[in-house]
Amino acid sequence: MTEAGDKKGKLLATFQVNGEPYEVAFAPHKTLLEVLREEMELTGTKHGCELGECGTCTVQVDGVPILSCLSLAVDAIGKDVRTVEGLAVGSDLAPLQHTFADLGAAQCGYCTPGILMAADALLKENPSPTRDDIKEYLAGNICRCTGYLKIFEAVELAAARMRGEDAEPSKESIYGS
Amino acid sequence: MLRLPTFEYYRPKTAADAVALASEHGKAAMYVAGGTDLYPNMKRRHQEPRHVISLQDLPELHAIDVRDDGSVAIGAMVKLSTIEHDPHIKEHYPAIAHAVREISTPLLRNMGTIGGNLLLDTRCTYYDQSFEWRESIDFCMKKEGAICWVAPGSPRCWAVQSSDTVPVVCAMEAQVELVGTDGTRQISAVDLYQDDGIEYLTKKPEELLTRLILPAPGNWKSAYTKLRRRDTYDFPVLGVGACLWYAEDGTIEKANVRLGGAGSYAMPATATEELLAGKQLTDELVAEAGKAAMKPARTMDNTDLDVYWRRKVAPVYVARAIAQCR
Repeated sequence: MTEAGDKKGKLLATFQVNGEPYEVAFAPHKTLLEVLREEMELTGTKHGCELGECGTCTVQVDGVPILSCLSLAVDAIGKDVRTVEGLAVGSDLAPLQHTFADLGAAQCGYCTPGILMAADALLKENPSPTRDDIKEYLAGNICRCTGYLKIFEAVELAAARMRGEDAEPSKESIYGS
Repeated sequence: MLRLPTFEYYRPKTAADAVALASEHGKAAMYVAGGTDLYPNMKRRHQEPRHVISLQDLPELHAIDVRDDGSVAIGAMVKLSTIEHDPHIKEHYPAIAHAVREISTPLLRNMGTIGGNLLLDTRCTYYDQSFEWRESIDFCMKKEGAICWVAPGSPRCWAVQSSDTVPVVCAMEAQVELVGTDGTRQISAVDLYQDDGIEYLTKKPEELLTRLILPAPGNWKSAYTKLRRRDTYDFPVLGVGACLWYAEDGTIEKANVRLGGAGSYAMPATATEELLAGKQLTDELVAEAGKAAMKPARTMDNTDLDVYWRRKVAPVYVARAIAQCR
């Protein structure tokens, strides 16, 4: 591992995260999650179970949603890493972020960064997912607040808006039935 | 927070270099494919290699090759999500595509590999716990301790074979390719495993699993059924791999039924297999063959769900797997 030099057991390397270069020094046994949060100060991605069970640390590497707690940072050098910080353009939230906020799909919010990154990958692969497609794709992201219904509705609404449809949330989504 | 212990990390460019590194460092070295089994185990100090050898830079391990004889070689580093969506696998090996889809979650299947799943560490209620949990009741014999907490009088470890692909791969008589210091050998997948929770693999530690070779499609049909608490994702509490070979008149020539999650290896349901051979597959035979699997499914209380209930439902899952081989 001599991509960019070796100093006191640490590697110095440049990562591409959300389209921007980050030059950081880190030990080679550090996970991508640790380096994102502790070296790049990108704390949007959350620490959860650390064992691959909860999904809150989900980021995209070369467009594929993976768990940053089980990936070594060193393996992400030279790849396109995207985190929740990269979803909004300037101060404009992405459609998924808007619908998550509007429909109450984020309650405590701890799972939200991971779910947004998985849902974003889903909508890039499949702009018109069915409810079952969404359930399947988000199966690795645990939420203990919402009961998931709000999350599914928010993903569906964002999908419709990203397809250019003039979609509004159903009354039931906002007020209950 | 759970952090990885420190280790030296290598990314060799050839299988020979990987094997050389592994033999140089002996027991202090481990291979890593997708990392979804090894890294959690390292975080909980189940496995503590000082040297971790990644296989990601071995290009030949990333390919799915359909060979001239009709067999298919899947490189050990092929991601589970690639296999589950591969058109050739889906068409000709639906049981493999199904078993792979049953593994963990989409996020983990984007990382986890077929090689890693075939070599998945055995699991146990008393082992798959944090370091502090295990320390508090005293460590078990699978790591650091001397006792088996499932069967305290037992001289052996009863940790459970928990891979979804292993029972079906064994049932369909697939082969695996291993590269060692003396060259390459190909063995039957069944011979890769043995009945011990700690030494569950027969291969030498430095031997590198490079390929899984599925037999050519033919007069056989295979299936996998899985019992678990949550359908969303869970390790198998019971995983049944079945494969039936048919004669031209529809008689069953041979039957392999393997039970995962029931012991330290994918156990053969011998009585079931013998009952099926030489007969036509009727509904009655399916039910009878299922019941005959109750005895080998002698589960112990070291995974999820009630142990007696697990034994009782084993015939149902075996019968369903056999019925799907029609």
